[in-house]
Amino acid sequence: MTERRQVLAVIGAGPAGLAAALAAAARGVRVVLVDSAAEPGGQFYRQPAPGLGARRPQALHHQWRTWERLRDGLATHLAAGRVSCLSDHHVWCVERDSGRFAVHALLGPEQREPASVRADGVVLATGGYEKVWPFPGWTLPGVITAGGAQAMLKGGLTLPGRTVVVAGTGPLLLPVATGLAAAGARVAALVESADPTTLVRRSAHPRNAVRGARALAAHPGKLAEAGGYAAQLLWHRIPVLRRRAVVEAHGRDRLESVTVAVLGPDGRPVPGTAQRLDCDTLAVGHGLLPHTDLADGLGCRLDGAGVHVDDEQRTDVPGVWAAGEATGIGGAALSLAEGHIAGRSAAARLNGTAPDPRSWAPAARSRTRLRAFFAELDRAYAAPVRWAENVPDATVVCRCEEVTAGAVREAVGSLGAGDLRTVKLLTRAGMGWCQGRMCEPGVAGVAGCDLTPGRRPLARPVPLGVLAAPPPPDAGTSPCPGTSP
Amino acid sequence: MTNQSSCDVVVVGAGMIGAACALYAVRAGLDVVVVDRGPVAGGTTGAGEGNLLVSDKEPGPELELALLSCRLWRGITEDRRPDDHRPPTRGNGLGPGLTPGLGRAVEYEPKGGLVVASTPGALTALTELAVGQRAAGVETVAVDANQLRELEPYLAPGLAGGVLYPQDAQVMPTLAAAHLLRASGARVETGRTVTGVLRGPDGAVRGVRTDRGDLLAPSVVNAAGTWGAEVAALAGVSLPVLPRRGFVVVTEPLPRRVRHKVYSADYVADVASDSATLQTSPVVEGTAAGPVLIGASRERVGFDRSFSLPVVRALAAGATRLFPFLEHVRAMRAYVGFRPYLPDHLPAIGPDPRAPGLFHACGHEGAGIGLATGTGHLIAQTLTGRTPDLDLTPFRPDRFAEEAAP
Ligand SMILES: Cc1cc2nc3c(=O)[nH]c(=O)nc-3n(C[C@H](O)[C@H](O)[C@H](O)COP(=O)(O)OP(=O)(O)OC[C@H]3O[C@@H](n4cnc5c(N)ncnc54)[C@H](O)[C@@H]3O)c2cc1C
Ligand SMILES: Cc1cc2nc3c(=O)[nH]c(=O)nc-3n(C[C@H](O)[C@H](O)[C@H](O)COP(=O)(O)OP(=O)(O)OC[C@H]3O[C@@H](n4cnc5c(N)ncnc54)[C@H](O)[C@@H]3O)c2cc1C
Repeated sequence: MTERRQVLAVIGAGPAGLAAALAAAARGVRVVLVDSAAEPGGQFYRQPAPGLGARRPQALHHQWRTWERLRDGLATHLAAGRVSCLSDHHVWCVERDSGRFAVHALLGPEQREPASVRADGVVLATGGYEKVWPFPGWTLPGVITAGGAQAMLKGGLTLPGRTVVVAGTGPLLLPVATGLAAAGARVAALVESADPTTLVRRSAHPRNAVRGARALAAHPGKLAEAGGYAAQLLWHRIPVLRRRAVVEAHGRDRLESVTVAVLGPDGRPVPGTAQRLDCDTLAVGHGLLPHTDLADGLGCRLDGAGVHVDDEQRTDVPGVWAAGEATGIGGAALSLAEGHIAGRSAAARLNGTAPDPRSWAPAARSRTRLRAFFAELDRAYAAPVRWAENVPDATVVCRCEEVTAGAVREAVGSLGAGDLRTVKLLTRAGMGWCQGRMCEPGVAGVAGCDLTPGRRPLARPVPLGVLAAPPPPDAGTSPCPGTSP
Repeated sequence: MTNQSSCDVVVVGAGMIGAACALYAVRAGLDVVVVDRGPVAGGTTGAGEGNLLVSDKEPGPELELALLSCRLWRGITEDRRPDDHRPPTRGNGLGPGLTPGLGRAVEYEPKGGLVVASTPGALTALTELAVGQRAAGVETVAVDANQLRELEPYLAPGLAGGVLYPQDAQVMPTLAAAHLLRASGARVETGRTVTGVLRGPDGAVRGVRTDRGDLLAPSVVNAAGTWGAEVAALAGVSLPVLPRRGFVVVTEPLPRRVRHKVYSADYVADVASDSATLQTSPVVEGTAAGPVLIGASRERVGFDRSFSLPVVRALAAGATRLFPFLEHVRAMRAYVGFRPYLPDHLPAIGPDPRAPGLFHACGHEGAGIGLATGTGHLIAQTLTGRTPDLDLTPFRPDRFAEEAAP
């Protein structure tokens, strides 16, 4: 056999994918970086479309220097032909094919034309997607996800509205609220159903003190970031309403106002605490869930909601690594660390050597610290107890198929559904265009069953003509069309 | 918690077959408990399609069961006026108390099947099959090449002809199992696993052991589908039910363009085939909810759930050959299920002489939805000591044990 450079396909060009690509390319492996977006960057470093002529995109980003390092590293490898970058490629399936892999994609934004990449190894760095729980009025135009609001800001440099309420739970609401305010929106309130100050308080409790304090103390950077947000919230005069939730969104044709109420210890709105806030946009989010479709289709074991990996970020399928939020939610810095380790491990393994974990010890240390920190955050931002009981029967929980909470309850109560799959089959909730990505957490909550990751072996809708035809020739070695680093 | 309940019959399995057994047994006056380790329709019933076909069966016992089932499906789905006291359909054995008209709830559509042949040779073979089926009581209508396009305007050009089977129908299987069970009024115990079959000193069945206590009953029905061999083994008898894997592809919702169940004549050969290798000649059909279903492959690979892109590609190729417009339609999802099959491709229906009180209703392979009503009806007849409407000899559960004996 002639010596051929081993090819590593990295799917997802967010922090995890970029770090993996750079680490592997620097170690003699040919990398093909595939992403559905128009530009590399992922969620965190999402780039404005080139045509928009953004003057100071960095104003919207923390850690701009880290991004510049990734961007410049990518440019160097691209120029040297060690990395090629396939933007606008929506991967619908990764196939194991006699010891190698075929990455099957559709070209965006139409997603009708196929493209395929052959590789010897694959890094899944597909990130996460947002979780939103239903409430009356959540389907009104003007209600968007927190991540969607931020994507509009970072990607399009446009404001989703003039007066915005940011609501839900989780640390991501902070950058969204301050980012919107910095861009000129009036943020009427940041409504957080948890009380994250318990993070500090709980840590003071003897039982949690050691673990919590260690996790926090190990992360001065994160604390500073949180402190920074506090200052910005003050600066922009954003009222922060803790232990409160948006219980209803109002408006005739589009959003006009929201009702916010205090949540009692039983998770129910406390009578007499309802308060109406006028707004034209509600940016709502209840945390993130890992994208696991491609991993599941490959037969990788999942670990709770994310892809299971070992210390080298290997999945249990030989030749497949996973890094970043695909393995669990933990922020951009953790994704970088995991991606770096995955890239180094993949390079060594593809070149037929055993990697030396000591060489990535610093990344492994920050991985340990950050995982502990996010586990602690996760506990602090836990969902309000029994939130699903507050969802009235008439509220639509699956918008693609217009299935109400009442229909879901009937399927469980009198038709014998017991898990997410049978609820879906009996009600059609989750069978529409989004294939349950949007509604599964809400449907599972209302049904009172576990949120098991949905099985979606086709990660994107695929024209039958594309399925029926033989896969196109390898696109991996042609130069990148849409990248202007 | 021990749960020493007593009833007349315990049905193991809340799939389509268990639901139909429960419905007809309750109608026959029995007190029934249905037990399933998962939810209702969590097994193969929730992972297949709902074709009620007579067209794909060669003359013989399975076709007779399909014809009986077809009449019974019509009976329980028909809308009937409260003052209409005629028996719904001859021979359906239902008491007058049955809630009529489950049709909408289970998405029953008596749309008919259209089998097409691409070559004159295939058309000759298909026509011969139809002649035999007709003699057995199946309605068949010969369709020439021109009429094909009238029946199905989007069908590929150049086909030789086909046969229309007006009795073919469809239901949505999960809805059908859930609504038949609810209509039965039987007690349903989901999330409860049967771990043993209790037998008295005389060998007679006394009930089942579950992870939440015993359920005592003189009769136990094994409606555990693909897991029927395991339940039989709990009673100490062998029944060689095995899995035959199938993938189904579901498209985005469309306005109705495929009017019948359409499939190529090769399909009948696939269904009857004894080969372990992959067969993918698909049935293409529209659904009440809008998506087109394309299924299903047949393959014997054990309980391997992993996604197989080559299989899904082959289904897509078969479907686009029949309906070229589907090339531009998107597949939204694909799912996998395991048909319960027995070596001679006939189900096991009826009492097991090796374990008095044990009845089997499993092994329906790719036709368990269609054959459910007939199976439930026959099981209810044997449970109450009546003479079954069909001769059950070909379905005897102990037929394989004898073959294995020297
Ligand atoms: C609203 C919001 C605010 C946030 N704020 C912060 C913050 O202030 N600090 C912080 O540390 N973190 C923040 N995060 C989290 C941060 O964005 C993530 O931790 C980080 O982006 C995860 O990196 P990743 O590489 O794992 O995934 P991502 O950055 O999500 O990248 C995944 C990439 O994979 C691509 N992809 C996915 N599926 C496919 C497919 N099938 N085919 C092709 N491409 C695919 C996507 O297009 C995407 O580019 C925020 C996230 C959100 C949503
Ligand atoms: C891809 C595909 C397409 C198909 N298309 C059609 C079609 O178009 N038309 C048609 O008629 N048929 C079709 N079939 C076949 C049909 O789905 C099956 O024949 C039918 O669902 C079998 O029903 P069942 O009730 O016997 O089994 P199941 O639905 O599997 O029910 C058995 C139940 O028993 C339970 N169980 C097992 N062991 C235990 C235990 N120890 N304790 C408690 N409970 C237990 C299981 O949890 C399960 O719920 C298709 C099948 C597949 C896979």
